[in-house]
Amino acid sequence: MSVANRPTNRPLSPHLQVYRPQLTSMLSILHRATGIALAAGALYLATWVMYAASSSRAYALFQGFNGSIAGRFVLGGWLFSIFYHLCNGIRHLFWDAGYGFELKDAYRSGWIVVGVSLVATAVSWIVGLRLI
Amino acid sequence: MDRRTPLARARGLGSAKEGVGHWWAQRLTAIALIPLVVWFAISLVMLSGADYATVRAWIGSPLVMMLLTLTIAVGLHHAQLGMQVVWEDYTDGATRVVMIVLTKFLAVLFGLGAIVAILRIGLGG
Repeated sequence: MSVANRPTNRPLSPHLQVYRPQLTSMLSILHRATGIALAAGALYLATWVMYAASSSRAYALFQGFNGSIAGRFVLGGWLFSIFYHLCNGIRHLFWDAGYGFELKDAYRSGWIVVGVSLVATAVSWIVGLRLI
Repeated sequence: MDRRTPLARARGLGSAKEGVGHWWAQRLTAIALIPLVVWFAISLVMLSGADYATVRAWIGSPLVMMLLTLTIAVGLHHAQLGMQVVWEDYTDGATRVVMIVLTKFLAVLFGLGAIVAILRIGLGG
């Protein structure tokens, strides 16, 4: 459709505002949100390796940010994002193979993903902070 | 009813001439990333508080060089495939084209930069 003919200011489908939040839809949105965060995280990871290759002073600068409150928040958020996207990604692969489409199965696998990713995140935070 | 010619059906590439290439690449990289990401996340947590020399020694060991290169290359490929879908869903026109091209360029740029860095640490120089 050309730009001139396109209707303006009409709500776009899906009408997110009229749906009651459900586990399945929330996890789907979170999968995309963590995916976007991890795409940025992948660039950050590449930057980390490049800083390590440059010099100890440059690396100290980079680590200085990682050690700050904001840095801890980013790294901690990265850990949750990676564990969640990993677990839910495996859930997606099962769907791709044709398994787990029954409503009760989708809810059960959803709660498993929430549980496993939260536990993995908590364990990594505790271990990581103890090592510092 | 299938109106495609026998040749088109055999090729299975559809109207966009790409077939299931994007979908399949995203799944293949997803499967490869399962062990890589588990390994990398555990390694990163264990490196908490490590100094410059320790981190360089870790990156420069032969097995880590290989696995880290794989993690970054496969991870960036998976990321740019996913981001392409995000741009396709939420933007259109020039913005869509510019953002997809930018995403792909950034993935290659940072991927190559990281691989050069890993080689430099591991092989000296």
